[in-house]
Amino acid sequence: MLNYILRRVLYAIPILLGVNLLTFALFFMVNTPDDMARIHLGAKHVTAEAITRWKSEHGYDKPLFLNAAADGVGKVADTLFVEKSLKLFVLDFGAADDGRDIAREIGQRMWPSLAIALPTFLVGLLAYLSFALLLVFFRGTALDTGGVILCVALMSISGLFYVIGGQYLMGKLWHWFPISGYQPGLDAWKFMVMPVLVSLIGGIGDSSRFYRALFIEEIGKDYVRTARAKGLSDLRVLFKHVLGNAMIPILTGVVVVIPRLFMGSLIIESFFGIPGLGSYTIDAIQAQDFAIVRSMVFLGSLLYIVGLVLTDISYTWADPRVRLE
Amino acid sequence: MIKPVLLWSDALILLLLLTVAALVWLARKNDTFRAPWRQVMASRMGAATALILAVYAGIGLLDSLHYVERLPSAPGQTVQYSGEVRSALDALLTPLRENVEKTYSAPFATHLYAKETVQGPDGRETRDFPRLKHGGAHLADPEKDFWGDVFERAGLGLLGGWVVWLLWRSWFGCRSGGARFGLPGGGCTVAGPPRRYTTLLIILLTFGVLLALAPHYHVLGTDKVGQDVLYLSLKSIRTGLLIGSLTTLIMLPFALALGIAAGYFGGRIDDAIQYLYTTLNSIPGVLLIAAAVLVVQVQIEAHAEMFNTAAARSDVRLLALCAILGVTGWTGLARLLRAEALKLRELEFVQAARAFGVTDARILLRHLLPNVMHLVLITVVIDFSGLVLAEAVLSYVGVGVDPGMISFGNMINGARLELAREPVVWWQLAAAFVFMFVLVLAANLFADQVRDALDPKSRGRV
Repeated sequence: MLNYILRRVLYAIPILLGVNLLTFALFFMVNTPDDMARIHLGAKHVTAEAITRWKSEHGYDKPLFLNAAADGVGKVADTLFVEKSLKLFVLDFGAADDGRDIAREIGQRMWPSLAIALPTFLVGLLAYLSFALLLVFFRGTALDTGGVILCVALMSISGLFYVIGGQYLMGKLWHWFPISGYQPGLDAWKFMVMPVLVSLIGGIGDSSRFYRALFIEEIGKDYVRTARAKGLSDLRVLFKHVLGNAMIPILTGVVVVIPRLFMGSLIIESFFGIPGLGSYTIDAIQAQDFAIVRSMVFLGSLLYIVGLVLTDISYTWADPRVRLE
Repeated sequence: MIKPVLLWSDALILLLLLTVAALVWLARKNDTFRAPWRQVMASRMGAATALILAVYAGIGLLDSLHYVERLPSAPGQTVQYSGEVRSALDALLTPLRENVEKTYSAPFATHLYAKETVQGPDGRETRDFPRLKHGGAHLADPEKDFWGDVFERAGLGLLGGWVVWLLWRSWFGCRSGGARFGLPGGGCTVAGPPRRYTTLLIILLTFGVLLALAPHYHVLGTDKVGQDVLYLSLKSIRTGLLIGSLTTLIMLPFALALGIAAGYFGGRIDDAIQYLYTTLNSIPGVLLIAAAVLVVQVQIEAHAEMFNTAAARSDVRLLALCAILGVTGWTGLARLLRAEALKLRELEFVQAARAFGVTDARILLRHLLPNVMHLVLITVVIDFSGLVLAEAVLSYVGVGVDPGMISFGNMINGARLELAREPVVWWQLAAAFVFMFVLVLAANLFADQVRDALDPKSRGRV
């Protein structure tokens, strides 16, 4: 097991390096630091000196890969690639264009993100699975047909409408919760309920339909007939046998997103004014702050790879036949 | 005088249409290819959703025939063309496009939604809701004539739609070729099951009513700058369809080439391709798209001189978005194709071809490609609705289509704060919602039918 994890970590390095090279190519070679300076300075103030000054202020005044002016290790080390990209590997994110330390921002902002994303994930998983099991239990009846139609209808609605509708009904019309904002501490729940509810409703169509299809496929198999023939109750067969055997595809989709919960959701956070990493990223995109976008891309990839490893480990727990070697 | 303009996206749509037409023509005699489609069209759901999608596609295509108008000039002068690119749909919707009010007005309103200082007939100034310039302007006394006029026009519209429906039914109902083209109700079945025609009837009645009412009223109200919301909704269709279809067009070559190659050749090639898609997959989707769009935006701004009209600029941005979605979106299909190719290459017919010394290229083209086509088709129809929805979200984030382009995302984005207004302005959101919902729901249901018909595994599953 340990061996396996070690190998996966080693395997992650070329992938992260690839991610790094890709973002570096996007942000430094296609878009040169000169372009960046021009955007931030605005069309009016573009002079050659201003660009040079902006670049040196933000540390973009080095060559891309090879620094001919430096000597020794500095030839390679004192370059933008090492400075801006490779440092991400030791989680040194540097400063955003407004001068603030990105690592510190991440440390602060991941908590509100987690406060929304974790309940959404847990309650969502429970709700979607239960709804799917309910439909499967009543399969072939009007309830099942109605449920599937509801799912397709729900997944045909843009997520934006759930947010807008939720805010309008629960916030403005019924005054249940504040429309947006966040407050750390015990009062946080008031601000958490609506985003969580809205994301739950937004996801139910897609997920429940997927889980239902999984269960229906599983329920047609021979072991289910055997279990029933033994005289086990429908509920027991459903929860013990079908759910257990459908676990692998469920885990495949579910575990991989767990580490990324830290990063929050872009849409939900920006709509509800949650000061988390999702809204941080959106603000960075809108302000064209490439330093933050680069950091978030790297962080996201890292967490994804962690998620993949966790998925493999979870397989051994769900299915004793799986061994990691 | 007009001069046709071929925007890049129009050219690609043309290419897409030609490709589809060529494929249909090639496969027309092949029963293996035709059987599943016949199954789709034979099902009530398949035929109904295909009809709805065809209506949307028709509107989108009309909106893709672009032209510029010649400006009036004295004889002898060089001919000048307007900088404003219009489409055939714009020409058809001229009354809608030109009936611009001052600001918000509710659906079917005859008065503006905001109070203004109005000068009465006796010269006194009062604060009141002024009459609209176009909506219901033909009514002498709105309070008295409104309902009568609306009912009269709507009734005429309904009657027109119904007559067209009857004509259509009697015309196509007795053509044996009807079914072959997927038209509802082939064969001589005028007296046959009326359900086949229900969707068509609903569509025709809607068109009739809109045709009768829209030139005289703002059926869906007007937005903040007084533009007709129905016009905006109809114009948004092209953007949504483009994102859904062009992205696929760009994504397919990557997915097909890389996916099949990885599965068929294995070894180093497989390793390299797997590395490539794991790397792309590991980057959070929205962020990768956002990053690429930001970069493209900067490049477009840097080369602003290359695009002479606003339409050309937003068109290039739209294409860039499709390209980015395509380049980042091929991984899912490629993975499916890789697995399928892995399986297929061990089967007897491929082994036999190899034993006969058939070249790899030929095996890939003749033996593998036709056998993975069902996966490609299923993925294409399933992805379509997701892409239409993605456009709205990306435009909201600010990395979608050009802010000046009419699209569902931009409509929602513009209307988002209107619900917080007092009194509430709901119609723009509602219009975007209905138009998008119908499109995506039809696409989803159609995709289900296609998957059931093409995927042997899901056949018979509920």
